[in-house]
Amino acid sequence: MIRAASFARNACRVTLRNMLVWRRLALPSSIGYVGEPLLYLVALGFGLGQVVPRLGGMTYAEFIAPGLVVSTVMYTATFECTFGSYTRMETQGTYDAILATPISIGELVAGEILFGGIKAAFSGVIVLGVARAFGLVPSWWALGIAPVALLAGLLFSAMALVTSSFSKSYDVFNYYFTLIIAPMYLFGGVFFPLDRMPVWIQRAALLVPLTHVVTLSRSLVRGTVSAGLVGNAAVLVGFLCPAYFLAEYGLRRRLER
Amino acid sequence: MTEPVVEATDLKKRHGDFEAVRGISFRIEAGSCFGILGPNGAGKTSTLRMVQAVSAPSAGRLRVLGLDPVSDGATVRSRIGVVPQDDNLDPDLDVRENLYVYARYFRMSRAEAERRAKTLLEFVSLTEKSNRRIRELSGGMKRRLVIARALVNEPELVVLDEPTTGLDPQARHHVWQKLRELKERGVTTAITTHYMDEAERLCDVVVIMDGGRIIATGAPAAVIREHAGEEVVELEVSEEDEKKILDGLSLEGALTERTGDTRRFFLSRRSGLADRLIERARAARAPCSLRNASLEDVFLRLTGRDLSE
Repeated sequence: MIRAASFARNACRVTLRNMLVWRRLALPSSIGYVGEPLLYLVALGFGLGQVVPRLGGMTYAEFIAPGLVVSTVMYTATFECTFGSYTRMETQGTYDAILATPISIGELVAGEILFGGIKAAFSGVIVLGVARAFGLVPSWWALGIAPVALLAGLLFSAMALVTSSFSKSYDVFNYYFTLIIAPMYLFGGVFFPLDRMPVWIQRAALLVPLTHVVTLSRSLVRGTVSAGLVGNAAVLVGFLCPAYFLAEYGLRRRLER
Repeated sequence: MTEPVVEATDLKKRHGDFEAVRGISFRIEAGSCFGILGPNGAGKTSTLRMVQAVSAPSAGRLRVLGLDPVSDGATVRSRIGVVPQDDNLDPDLDVRENLYVYARYFRMSRAEAERRAKTLLEFVSLTEKSNRRIRELSGGMKRRLVIARALVNEPELVVLDEPTTGLDPQARHHVWQKLRELKERGVTTAITTHYMDEAERLCDVVVIMDGGRIIATGAPAAVIREHAGEEVVELEVSEEDEKKILDGLSLEGALTERTGDTRRFFLSRRSGLADRLIERARAARAPCSLRNASLEDVFLRLTGRDLSE
């Protein structure tokens, strides 16, 4: 119990270091988060949406808005814990400086992931606010997106940190974005309903974390809440735990020379 | 006798196939300044990283502040300060925040961390730069800030890896002054350096490492006497001319060394050889000089190889 409290406190010290840096840039970077999802919402939702039939009673803009909220979470977390974490680790020596203090590698990893999660959740909530302004968020259940976005942010941060811990250069991130993140974005149920796809694609999509996040987000935004959503959240936790330990293993191998 | 701050016995460190430290033993006594000298790749930094409890020994016994740095890593790290070889100050934070955030890693409260940052900025004369970003500081200021950061937890042992490399003479003297002040306070320091004058000035005990082993150890003056005598005569001559100059002169087993066109003789004062050598060199109009033996002579003799290497 005391160990857990001490672990949490040390991890938070790492998170607070990043928060202090982020504080300076929070406003400009927030505008950055909104930019891209807003473009997609207007071009696809309101543009392409004119020729797309209603999907389960939703206009196309209503359909993609919940997915754009959580894909923003995914991208923010991924950028933070690939380029951001890698820079702190390799270029700035920030990790080396931190590890010369009583902070352990596990606490450092937890602190980085927590920061990525908070920042990503923040970006998702802003995009949710924009979607609300366009009248695309009918249910008050949508408030539940904040904790979902945090959980998703933690997961995508942890996955990104795994990538960083095994990367030899920034170039590796191109592969990660192209082979992992972009396919999730395109095939995770953000832009078209998966239930019209062949069964094998639907099954494969269940192994993709973003699919579960999109399901959670869309159900909360529409107010179609069911007990099944707990299962979606459990899958995310199920991905998060191994990702954390893998990131810790990777960094230990890399930094404890 | 008080317990040493660091005690290493047959310590080894292996990185994959490469054995960086190959069985070294040493003690660092409380309140002393301990110097680790050696060419690049000698194993100095690997040794320090083990002492800092950031890298686990591959074999041997190591005690730091009476603790095992592997099982009690966090406690060891909470009681030592580290000045790394490369400045890893946080470029995303300003000068004061660098100290404040670092203090927080040592579990200080906000108020305590602020107090500590303020005191240390005064100690290294950087109070006026409090709100500057790191990139706006000169090399010397950065080093001073790294030293201040290493002191944030009031450490009993401070480990400095090449603290003055790349600094101008003023900045070096400033760093030395800070290290002397630490010593007066009874803080133990372990330092690696490439500057032999620095080691002679600061260190009570030095070890010279080469190829992962300790090849000489002791107080600087004793090490110099043992390995480089007292006086050094340097002759600037080719090997052929040298033969002519030395013809018939008995050197009685004096230590000598040649690098390029420089021949050095390491001599004791009693031998009187220095006078005779200089006489002959002058007669042959060969440039020569006489000076006191230094740690640099020891270093070059023990680790010196051909410059071609």
